Amino acid sequence: MTTHRPASEDDVRALVSDAAARAVPLALAGGATKRAVGRPAQTQETVSTAGLTGVTLYEPAELVIGARAGTPLAEVERTLAEKNQRLAFEPADWRALLGSEGEPTIGAVAAGNISGPRRIMVGAARDALIGVRFVNGRGEAVKNGGRVMKNVTGLDLVKLVAGAWGTLGVLTEVTFKVLPIPERTATLVFSGLDDERAIAALSAALGSPYEVTGAAHIPGDGGGAGTLVRIEGFEASVRYRLGELKTLLSEYGEPGLVEGEDGAALWRGVRDAAPLVQPSERAVWKISTAPSRGPALAAAIGAACEARWFYDWGGGLIWLATAADEAAAAAVREATRAHRGHATLVRAPADLRAAVDVFEPLPAPMMTLTRGIKASFDPKGIFEPGRMYAGV
Amino acid sequence: MSIAFPTPDEAVLARRDAILEGLAPLVAPDALIVTEDERRAFDTDALTAYRKLPLAVVLPSTTEEVSAVMRFCSENGVKVVARGAGTSLAGGAIPQEDAVVIGVSKLNRVLETNFADRTMRVQSGITNLAISQAVAHEGFFYAPDPSSQLACTIAGNVAMNSGGAHCLKYGVTTNNLLGLTVVLVDGTVVEIGGDMLDAPGYDFLGLMTGSEGQLGIVTEATVRILRAAEGARPALMGFESIEECGACVAAIIGAGIIPVALEYMDKPAIEICEAFAHAGYPLDVEAMLIIEVEGSDEEMEDALARIVEIAKPFNPRALKVAQTEAEAAAIWKGRKSAFGATGRVADYICMDGTIPTGQLKYVLKRIDEIVKGYGLGVANVFHAGDGNLHPLVMFDTNKPGEMEKAEEAGADILKLCVEVGGCLTGEHGVGIEKRDLMTTQYNREDLRQQLRVRGVFDPMWLLNPAKVFPLEGRDLDEAGANGREAA
Repeated sequence: MTTHRPASEDDVRALVSDAAARAVPLALAGGATKRAVGRPAQTQETVSTAGLTGVTLYEPAELVIGARAGTPLAEVERTLAEKNQRLAFEPADWRALLGSEGEPTIGAVAAGNISGPRRIMVGAARDALIGVRFVNGRGEAVKNGGRVMKNVTGLDLVKLVAGAWGTLGVLTEVTFKVLPIPERTATLVFSGLDDERAIAALSAALGSPYEVTGAAHIPGDGGGAGTLVRIEGFEASVRYRLGELKTLLSEYGEPGLVEGEDGAALWRGVRDAAPLVQPSERAVWKISTAPSRGPALAAAIGAACEARWFYDWGGGLIWLATAADEAAAAAVREATRAHRGHATLVRAPADLRAAVDVFEPLPAPMMTLTRGIKASFDPKGIFEPGRMYAGV
Repeated sequence: MSIAFPTPDEAVLARRDAILEGLAPLVAPDALIVTEDERRAFDTDALTAYRKLPLAVVLPSTTEEVSAVMRFCSENGVKVVARGAGTSLAGGAIPQEDAVVIGVSKLNRVLETNFADRTMRVQSGITNLAISQAVAHEGFFYAPDPSSQLACTIAGNVAMNSGGAHCLKYGVTTNNLLGLTVVLVDGTVVEIGGDMLDAPGYDFLGLMTGSEGQLGIVTEATVRILRAAEGARPALMGFESIEECGACVAAIIGAGIIPVALEYMDKPAIEICEAFAHAGYPLDVEAMLIIEVEGSDEEMEDALARIVEIAKPFNPRALKVAQTEAEAAAIWKGRKSAFGATGRVADYICMDGTIPTGQLKYVLKRIDEIVKGYGLGVANVFHAGDGNLHPLVMFDTNKPGEMEKAEEAGADILKLCVEVGGCLTGEHGVGIEKRDLMTTQYNREDLRQQLRVRGVFDPMWLLNPAKVFPLEGRDLDEAGANGREAA
């Protein structure tokens, strides 16, 4: 295994041109904390963005930050916090889940479209990503988007590379829209609801005018379930909305109120799939569906195989752990088909990731387009071959 | 006429009768428009200085009809221009003589509404406002609100990734879409995304949004609907200098307040709008902000009190918080009538560029110099929170050469936007209007990557071909169709 550490975008171009000429496939890594996501790589060489670091642009009054791709996420978040701002999409930290070490980077947040529970209110990473620079498979440096949040100039390739897991290019610089950190954050916690009632409560909260920025349900045995509703904003506004929500949701019981570090820890847990980190040999899936179909979808999987799950409902997600075997994987795919959703196998041993579809299989015409897009960025297929789909 | 159109394909023009004959059985009899008089209604959009009579117009009523027409056109090498309501200010829906216009105006139904999941599936010819109206009885709305929302279609909104005054808080079209039904150039119908927040694979939903009819025709959309805030209240503030006004905007955002709208008007714009709408705008200021907040009465009072406090050091000469519905309506009426009111005093072209807001003072000064340099006038209204400028460059059509001067001034302004770190278009799209300026924002490698992506969807370059990319676009794309290396 060779790891290249280019120190500039020009270095990346030279490196990629050389690899393309040699037809040598490349794995791409920031801090390599999410290396275990996707189908196992068939590469002997890795391009690390560890040498591409530094915040390149930060204008708090314009709500925008740009950084080279290898900049640690923590550094970006620290820089923002000094001006009381943040990446509002709440990027998850999957190190505990994946058992990885190292520093998550801002480029990988973009490449994986890594988002968190505030997605319902502010969108995913892709929604906040407003500009990218990357090197395509021809060794060309390409810019798309920019540093302003409204931009409809030409095709939006920013969206394509967000969530492409490095299959389309080596990101060298990313620019995100940011938002202020609110004055107060408070979470209502309802106890003992079953999945159906919890989702009904969360849907009522999310369908209210009270700007819920997080909604989650963590089922528990023996009435230990917790259903969370988060509110953020200025003090007077939070106080008012908490009162209104309690009234709106009164049929679901008398909620507790969690704030400060306890509240932050609760949401970090939801964000990072903490309830499913252990036992670590279990496979972990991230399933997306419409709210009203969520409980039935989860129950269908639970009926077909032994499974545990929780709902990051602001993100429209079911996080679910099963045995790491093909039968369970088949049960997940079957249930998502029947209940119209789609699933990503976020954690599993390499042999299972090699044996089953990690990302949701696509209908034939979409697969054709996907292959075409891949070829248009990376005609020799050198970036992360097969990480998302065979032949892509 | 300074914007070039490609020379029509004589072979296609010569086959017109056969093409009409081929199209006729594919759609209902009244959906095929062939006479010159009737085609005339489709020869331009809101960029009315340019007109081209299309080969034919079809107005399908189903996705299947769109598919059949697309298949026929691609099999016969006929260009296709997609059209919603034709409100494009950038000429995105202006046809060509050798192209068939496919209009989606008859595809205007709501298919499904789900309040629990906060989603709605609509046909793409429905107007933006009709979507909100269809869910208003439950207190919901569709967030992106372009100024043309009464007339424009969701198909056009998707094509241009439209925004509006309230997108500082709610985002633009791409942030409010969940799924699309798209007819590809060969007639294949694909479903992209669905009724959930995430879609698997590459983000084709994001790619389609803003692609200006070059990747396919959208026939259905699943959109997010949101519960409306309990109330909304605007305030207006006038400043003695552009500098103080800009600094006040920065201070508001720096204090952690994201108003639902933050609109800027300069002195000429204030005067024009006030004369038309009698909104009570201050006439003794250089710049004015309209700031709208949302929530309950208590929340709005709190937010407005904070904003007023933040504004104090910047010496607002005028400060008016709407106390009644009528006052609120008056404040917005002035702003929303900016384009119409300007049209009463002069001919004008409405530009649409975005700048980093920190560059505001410099850019406004340069815009004034540029426009004066051409002997013309300008009024500026824009979305101050996100830096989306709309300079209205005024001229007199009756004076020979003035429109061309206005276009040149407009192009200079857009180049200025790019120069300071912004972009050519924030919400109107590139269309034909800004096509030839694309090379100022993107270099050849940047553009080629976009062209290769375009080629994946439309290898024969049939879909809205004279738009967005420089006319030599296909030559720029040396790699050819589907991104394969040239032999």
